[in-house]
Order: sequence, then C-alpha cells, then structure tokens
Amino acid sequence: MKVHEYQAKQVFKNYNIPIPEGAVTENIDEVTKIVELVGFPCVIKAQVYAGGRGKAGGVKIAKNLKEAKSAAKEIIGMKLISKQTGPEGRRVRKVLVEQGVEIKKELYLAIIVDREKEMPVIIASPEGGMEIEEVAAKNPELIYKVHIHPVIGFSGFHFRKLVFQLGLNKGQQKNFARLLKNLFKLFLEMDASLVEINPLIITGNDEVIALDGKIDFDNNALFRHSNIADMRDIYEEDPLEVEASKYDLNYIKLDGTIGCMVNGAGLAMATMDIIKYYGGEPANFLDVGGGTSEDRVKEAFKILLSDSKVKTVFVNIFGGIVRTDLVARGIVNALKGSNTKIPIIIRLVGTNEEAGRKIIRDSGVNFIVENNLPDAAKKAVELSRGT
Amino acid sequence: MSILVNKDSRIVVQGFTGREGSFHATHMIEYGTNIVAGVTPGKGGLKHLERPVFNTVEEAVKNEGADVSVVFVPAPFAADAVLEAATAGVKVIVCITEGIPTLDMVKVKHYLKTTDSRMIGPNCPGVITPGESKVGIMPGKIHKKGHVGVISRSGTLTYEAVYQISNLGLGQSTAVGIGGDPIIGSNFIDILKLFARDDETQAVVMIGEIGGTAEEDAARYIKENFDKPVVSFISGQTAPPGRRMGHAGAIISGGKGTASEKIKVLKDNGIHVADTPADIGITVKRIIES
Repeated sequence: MKVHEYQAKQVFKNYNIPIPEGAVTENIDEVTKIVELVGFPCVIKAQVYAGGRGKAGGVKIAKNLKEAKSAAKEIIGMKLISKQTGPEGRRVRKVLVEQGVEIKKELYLAIIVDREKEMPVIIASPEGGMEIEEVAAKNPELIYKVHIHPVIGFSGFHFRKLVFQLGLNKGQQKNFARLLKNLFKLFLEMDASLVEINPLIITGNDEVIALDGKIDFDNNALFRHSNIADMRDIYEEDPLEVEASKYDLNYIKLDGTIGCMVNGAGLAMATMDIIKYYGGEPANFLDVGGGTSEDRVKEAFKILLSDSKVKTVFVNIFGGIVRTDLVARGIVNALKGSNTKIPIIIRLVGTNEEAGRKIIRDSGVNFIVENNLPDAAKKAVELSRGT
Repeated sequence: MSILVNKDSRIVVQGFTGREGSFHATHMIEYGTNIVAGVTPGKGGLKHLERPVFNTVEEAVKNEGADVSVVFVPAPFAADAVLEAATAGVKVIVCITEGIPTLDMVKVKHYLKTTDSRMIGPNCPGVITPGESKVGIMPGKIHKKGHVGVISRSGTLTYEAVYQISNLGLGQSTAVGIGGDPIIGSNFIDILKLFARDDETQAVVMIGEIGGTAEEDAARYIKENFDKPVVSFISGQTAPPGRRMGHAGAIISGGKGTASEKIKVLKDNGIHVADTPADIGITVKRIIES
C-alpha cells in the first residue's frame, strides 16, 4: 500500500527521523497560517502518489507570502502529468508546505527486501536527488548495498561500511547512524516493503534531514497495523479498482477493449497474453480469486461492464477450488435485468464443467461458449473489432 | 519414483478442523492421499474425518509418524505453523496459505536453512504425484500419471498446463506449485535438482511469471547442470510495469523481471518457450517425441 509523502514523513517523525517543518492542506487560505510557522523560503509540494512531481511543475519554491499563495493556487487542482502518472495525469488535491532547508549534500537512502538474498537490503548513494535507476545504470559503482541478515539485525559494521563509502565526516556520521538505525526499525516494525528518502540531505551544520519520503507497506501485513490502513487515500486510486477492492477482487484497469474475467493471477496474465498474441488489447486484469462466491462473480461482472471501452468480454475459468457451476450462476445472475449488447465469450473448464456449461446454455442469454483456449481468444479478438 | 510426496507419505494437516482445512482434507482423502493426522490447537484428542487431531505437530509426528505437512492456517499464524512443523522434524512442509507478510517469510526462510525441512509455497496450490498423493488444493481429476515434471509459480495456470499435458496422453511424474510470493520456501532450482535425480521424470515444464529473476537463474542452472529437456511459459507479457498483478511476486520494477527479458534468457540457455499458454502441452509432446 502506498501513502503520500506527508504521511510517510509523519511516520518518519514518529521514529525520530528529522524532517523539515511543515504541514499539509487542501485549502489555499491555510497556506498563510502554515508559512507563518515555517518561514521563508518555503517549498510547496503536490501530494499525489506518483513520482516525477518536480519536473511536472508540482513542486515550487516561494520567497514570500505572495509567491507561496500563488504557488499553492497553481498546484491545488492542477492535473499533474509525469512519467509515472501516464498521459491522463493526476488531479492534485493537497499540498505539503514546508520550510526551505539549506542543502550542502544530497544522498540517496532506501531499504527494500532483496528477493534473491531473501533479506532486507539498505541501499545508499552519494548521488541523491536524481532518479536512482539512472544512477544505477550509468554509475553502478556509486550504489552501495548492505544486506541485513535476520539473525543479526542492524549492527554497527553495517553503518560503518556505508558512512565510509559515503565519505561522511564525524558529525555527519553520528547523525546518519541515528537516522539509519531508526529507519531500519521503522522498516521492520511497520512491515514496509519499501522506504526511500531521495534526497536525504546534509545541511551546513551536518544535520541529516529527510527532504522527501516514500513508504510502501506490505498489504499482507496490514492485519497487524490498523493505523496504516487508515492512511489509504482512495482518491488516488482508480474508482473501478476501489469498487473491486471492496469485494476482494483483484482488478487493474488497462486501456484495451476486451474485458477479462479469470480465476487466478497467473492464468489472468496468461489470458491477457494470448489476447495480445492474437492481436487484441485487454481492457483489464481481473482475478476473481480461488474461493470465488456467486456474489463476487456478479460484482466482478458489473465492474467489467461499467468500463465504457469494453467491446467484448472474455471469461476464462479453470475450476480448481472454484466450481465452474457457481461461476456460471454468478454470470447469469449478473446479467439478469441488464440489457447489455456486449458479446460474452465463456470458457469453463474443470470442476463441475458440465453443470456450469448447462447453466450457461439454459440461461437464455446469448453467450458464446468456446472451451478451446486459442479459439476462445481468437473469437474475443475478432468481436472486439466489431467485425 | 516421483519427488517430494508419494503413496507412502504420511501427511499431517495443519489447520485441520477449519473450513479450508476440512474442505481440502476431504478431497485429499477422496483422492487417496495418506492423511494420518490433523493439528488444531485446543482440539487435541478429537477425531475429525476419521483421523486423530493433535494440539501440536510434534505429537502428530511422534504418534502417527507424520513426515509431510500441509498448512491451511490463516495468514497471521501461518509462519508460526511452518516454524512449528520444521521444529518438529517434518521433512516436507507444503504451505497453501495466501497473504503471509514478507518479513515473516524472511525469518522462516533463514530458520529453515538450519533444519532438514523443505518448504513448498506459500501461496501455492501444493504438490501432487498423480495416482499416489495429492497434497494441496488442485483438482485431482485433471492429473494423470506420467513422465513430465511440472514446476510453477502460478495456480490456475498450472492446472491449464497439466490439463493440456494429460489430454495429449502424456502425464505428470509430480506437479509442484512453488507459489507466487516474493520469498518462497523452494525455488525453481531447488525443485529442478529433485527432478534431475528422478528416473520417472523425462522432461520438465517450468511456468514462470513476471517479477524477480528466479526464471533467469533457473535458465542458467539448466544449461550448466540439467540434462532433461525443459519447456517454459512466462505469463505477464502484456502486464504494465510497476503494477501488482495479483501475486505479490508478479510485479516488474526497474526494467528487471519483465517477460521479454525472461523469455530471452530462457531461449539463450536452450529452453523451449511456448508462444502462448495454449501451446504448453503440445510443445512438451513435440520435444518428448523428437
């Protein structure tokens, strides 16, 4: 689960990780109050989940109240378009107003779980403030990594290795060590899957401050952190995806015209692949899950049909745990009362397939039943072109 | 022969009396799986599905000689259940549970390295040796005894592959779902090593998906060390970068772990890659017959 920069920084603050003074607001009038506290120069930053905000005009520096207000006015409500938002962009609803901080040096610092070594890794670089992927591609020698074995945890030699590589002086070392120790504690205690500070800055007084902050939390661990789930901002998510998540459906909206409903993530991706192979474009990824109930199938179908780009629907169900007759009944019920003209291709294989196919045949709805995977995919592609 | 489980395996079901555990244990018993006991803390001494229930895995091992466990315990308690099974000396631990926190798996994985236990999963359909033992949630009927080993990160896509292989008159020696999470008990290479030593297995189907570099590592291992033919399919060729496709594992980031990169490395290392998910079975058949 992603959170906003201002939320990440609040978590940093709880862990005694220094951040610039500041506050978040949706209201331009409140900017005056905040700048009274933080002084000038100050920085106005758009709060959206996507990165690349600076280049997109979502971050502005103000030297006085007039500039601060006009910056806030410009940013709140703007459609921020960056590499990470896609061409449709993101509407900005909140800004973080922060005290401007003197920057002597910009570092990069992050912690993630390294899947290959199967343990957390701290990643640091003296090239902060830039896109770290670019640094890693051009100057891999400037990316320093320290793996933290779960048995020993965070130990003195870990940070010594980093501070010498980063070339920090005595005073900076002390502050960096304290920050890193706290950041690692946060990572473990909050079940983060990523914490990233870019840039982590060093001031003229050798203070170390998180000028930016990003935290992704492990969705699987939310059951033990009710306070994290409260930070979720559904305005940052696609409305159809929010609707799907209410029913525990795994739905991701894409740009194509063939709505897909599949059970299991792997088969769902493979179904998208075969559609593409035959020249079509999937409108979404939708995994209805293993223990699918009739209600969930019904909701899944509603969500698919509410995407106006969808020209045809391809249902590909391999019944293992999920019984195909239940899926069939869910589909028939979902379409009762709807007068959709969208052609629906159904492939039902596996547990109770005969009963499932019978329900489809007897439904009176004009489904296209095709149990051979390539033929079903070809048919879906053909119909999505309206020919 | 086969790998991991066979007709002599003595299975204990953790989370035996729960809804999931009961449902799937019933199907396993119907298939002929040798379930010898169940574990549900607080229900020790009862009988369930005509099998004894114990409070701890240790008792199930001591009293019934359980050597394989299958875990249906809910995610918040699943890591603990796996650690319990490993500590009790269970040789093969198949964890079906979905949604275990990654940092729990970090601990489990490093503890398992200090034991003789092998973990399969989590977030997987389990392991089946057709006609002998079904330890998991896969539909037994689509499987057929034969000589193709199957290793997969996916659930239903594995069924799809198995179904194709069975329908073509071939069958499976053992099919192993290793799970789609970022950290899993056994990876492709661990299972390939077992198939390498298994006389029943003539060829292997390896089903991967986007995210991580497990397929690339396996490809290099196969070229150096594995003599049997391998057919692969990678799902997620059309997945947009940076999005999580259901499985925690199926996420591409930083240009690594894309389907096209994986397919290239697989092909470069002499592995046959099926063009579409519908071609997995036929590709294996062609290779076995040639």
